[in-house]
Amino acid sequence: MNQPFHGKTFGKSVKRSEDGRFLRGKGRYVDDVILPGQAYAAFVRSPFAHARIENIDVSAALAMPGVQRVVLGQDMVEAGLPPLPCGWMIHSSNGEPMKVGVRRALAVDAARYVGEPVALVIADTRDLARDAAEAVQVDYADLSIAGQMPDALAPGAVQIHDDIPGNLAFDWEIGNRAAVDTAFASAAVTVPLSLENNRLVPNAIEPRAINAHWDAVDEKLTLYMTHQNPIGIRMFLAAHYQLAAEHKLRVVSPDVGGGFGSKAPNYPEEVAVAFAAKLVDRPVKWTADRTEAFLTDAHGRDHLSDAELALDAHGRFLALRVDTRANVGAYLSASASLVPTYMYATMLSGQYVIPAIHARVRAVYTNTCPVDAYRGAGRPEAAYLIERIVNVAAETMGIDQAEIRRRNFIRQFPYQTPVVYEYDSGDYEKTLDAALELADYSGFEARKAESADRGKLRGIGVSAYVEACGIGPSAKLAALGGGAGMWDSAEVRVHPAGTVEVLSGAHSHGQGHQTTFAQLVADRFGIPFENISVVQGDTDRIQAGTGTYGSRASVGMSAALRACDQIIAKGKLIASHILGVDADRVDFEDGIFLSKDSNSTLSFGEMAYAAHMAAAFPTTEIEPGLVATSFFDPPNFTYPAGIYVCEVEIDPGTGVVDVVSFAAADDFGFVANPMIVEGQVHGGMTQGIGQALWEHARYDAESGQLVTASYMDYGMPRAGSVPNYNLVFSSTPSPVNPLGMKGCGEAGAIGAPPAVINAICNALDVRHVEMPATPEKIWKLCAEKGVL
Amino acid sequence: MAKIRVQVNGRETEGEVPDRMLLIHFLRDELRLTGAHVGCDTSQCGACTVHLDGQAVKSCAVLAVQADGRSITTIEGLSAGGEALHPMQQSFHDNHGLQCGFCTPGMVMTGIDIARRHGRPDEATVRRELEGNLCRCTGYQNIVKAILDGAERMEAGA
Repeated sequence: MNQPFHGKTFGKSVKRSEDGRFLRGKGRYVDDVILPGQAYAAFVRSPFAHARIENIDVSAALAMPGVQRVVLGQDMVEAGLPPLPCGWMIHSSNGEPMKVGVRRALAVDAARYVGEPVALVIADTRDLARDAAEAVQVDYADLSIAGQMPDALAPGAVQIHDDIPGNLAFDWEIGNRAAVDTAFASAAVTVPLSLENNRLVPNAIEPRAINAHWDAVDEKLTLYMTHQNPIGIRMFLAAHYQLAAEHKLRVVSPDVGGGFGSKAPNYPEEVAVAFAAKLVDRPVKWTADRTEAFLTDAHGRDHLSDAELALDAHGRFLALRVDTRANVGAYLSASASLVPTYMYATMLSGQYVIPAIHARVRAVYTNTCPVDAYRGAGRPEAAYLIERIVNVAAETMGIDQAEIRRRNFIRQFPYQTPVVYEYDSGDYEKTLDAALELADYSGFEARKAESADRGKLRGIGVSAYVEACGIGPSAKLAALGGGAGMWDSAEVRVHPAGTVEVLSGAHSHGQGHQTTFAQLVADRFGIPFENISVVQGDTDRIQAGTGTYGSRASVGMSAALRACDQIIAKGKLIASHILGVDADRVDFEDGIFLSKDSNSTLSFGEMAYAAHMAAAFPTTEIEPGLVATSFFDPPNFTYPAGIYVCEVEIDPGTGVVDVVSFAAADDFGFVANPMIVEGQVHGGMTQGIGQALWEHARYDAESGQLVTASYMDYGMPRAGSVPNYNLVFSSTPSPVNPLGMKGCGEAGAIGAPPAVINAICNALDVRHVEMPATPEKIWKLCAEKGVL
Repeated sequence: MAKIRVQVNGRETEGEVPDRMLLIHFLRDELRLTGAHVGCDTSQCGACTVHLDGQAVKSCAVLAVQADGRSITTIEGLSAGGEALHPMQQSFHDNHGLQCGFCTPGMVMTGIDIARRHGRPDEATVRRELEGNLCRCTGYQNIVKAILDGAERMEAGA
């Protein structure tokens, strides 16, 4: 690959150009859109976790003035709409394809989780739609549930889908079991650990919303949607459901108020609302309330794992075996099969040389909300497992937690792990040293003594995460079961005046693409940042792309860079005619085309004007105009990595854990805008601390009711409960894209949970504490240990 | 239905609203002031925060009829059109105190309220005062920085 491109502003903390509209209250979110003739939708949702639907009486609802229509699942079946698809095919280790439970946009016959949509009411106002939804009478026959793991796998458990025995979607494995067994037989030390990765609710502050408009004359369907991947969802809605032809289906995702993965899947609600808009011939709008968001936004995590690490007498890792049960909820959401397999088990090597790894993953149906990608999506589960077991091993062998990592680091790149992936680049020891220095690791004992003087228990925890971003190439992913190409595209349009539009297939929902893409293009063309606009999120304007999740901006930005280079190459041809020299005698620097043979120059703007005038060059040889498109299919994933050091102080009298300091050294490759990247890390770490200390989507075992379905019940991190973070970058450029970038969006959420739990275990001198480490849990531990 | 008369961002406004209409829906749907957002149903997230007679309130917890005869300032009223940003808005920009922008109007309105009540608050005060405003993007670090900085600018009359 080329030397990574660094410019004058690309790589600097340029302030965000999108801020103005957000700060003035002029953001454009889906719920802000009101269309002429607007109608409103409300869903009737199952109050039961598992119930047979025996009858639905809509007469009272329809009798209410202003109610337009009630749509049922049967209407959609009769119209020929297929069930929702899962986008990634996984085969069980016996060769059988995964078993996909039939999921309808509106439940037919049975509901399988609390909140599953059963009917859709359309009315003239939002309040009326809600009132009418209350008036829909559904007769349910309440069934027993398989509400949690591991019970749902036990013999005799209630079967959730008639055709899926044992509630098992797949039983998959990766790695070399025999090699692992051999290594364990000769190991000096073996360390077992069983742990849970707690279920989370993503909680973007903007709830999901859709406003669907059907133009019956042109047969065009326009959908304003809160989506991370507008082009991808258009393909699903057109090709799979055939709601409209793809060229007549427009998805607009204007400003999106956070996603964290939860706005990437294909949801039942968007299919049902789009379908309904065609029936009533009026635009139909639905905006989730927060309870609906808790009940139905795809949840994250929820693993139970038994793991065992084998070490030699010097604390070197020999082998890792893992048995994981991943709760996928009642149905397989779009990426539900990918997350616990190729985004999880393939990352179990961590930052370490582990000669043999074997993992078994069973995906288990339960009567709960479907689980899908949430910030990190599989990688946090892998990092948590490996980083916890490494600390237990260090404790067992009496080795310092930083030292045991140092002894086992991968030191040569690219590095082929025993579980499929090949890491691109890194310098883990340098990153460790940077983090330890930032955290004043060596000064910990003095701080611990000082805390003890105040009656507090202080602990320090290290974690070393590695993750996978910007996934590709498409062919490799297809071979692993992927259902869509994973390139991205960009189009660069240069106007006659020399101003530029960049149309990107990526889509920002807080990441600041409007700024960073413009930084890149400004530097490449040597023109002012203000002369560039970035267009995203409207399929009528952008032809192709894969959206934003899994830190994919490196892919979209690489496409933008290549498109810029096509413009520059054409610019040189045009300039050669104007400057009167051969094209290979034209240089381009800082916005100026210059002849190598004379002092003649042509500015970027002059070239752009000439390209459109089309008078100064033979149009038989060079086409007029100045537009370029590039598609970039990355040759490999990127592998960001980092070392996090967390310090906690525990009040044994209350069990409250106070995160008193948090230091992080991250290798994101080239950093396009440090200010924005630091912000991403702050947010990710806060979600990671939230998982470690407070957050847990908890279902009642008997009823299957989500008991943490509001901000009064679910432990969201608040300003008063998290610390200031101390960050440094420890970059090694990635060789897999021309920008040397790796990605930063998920890092904090991946690296933080094990750092926090390692610190708590260190403080309490206990082997393991399950997340979330609530005050109640910690207080009980303190009581057991007699440190109250 | 009830007739209400409110001053919104300095302009007298009349409206006829259903008794049960929340102030946030009156602002968003009737007046098309969509800066304040609805992020929850339980007055927890603070995305709907506006100033009612100069005090920060959650407009999802106020009925439109309760605003009758009173004065409301929304995020749109802080700096109209192309006017210079309010010092608190400017401080959020300068300190990267926003990412997706959804909680931002509520954070800015709350930040101004904190500054008015505390002058130049310390960090612990700002963090405690933000109890009623949720952000899922920023981890709060830069929001806290922005409010500290913004309060200083407000006091300096910037």
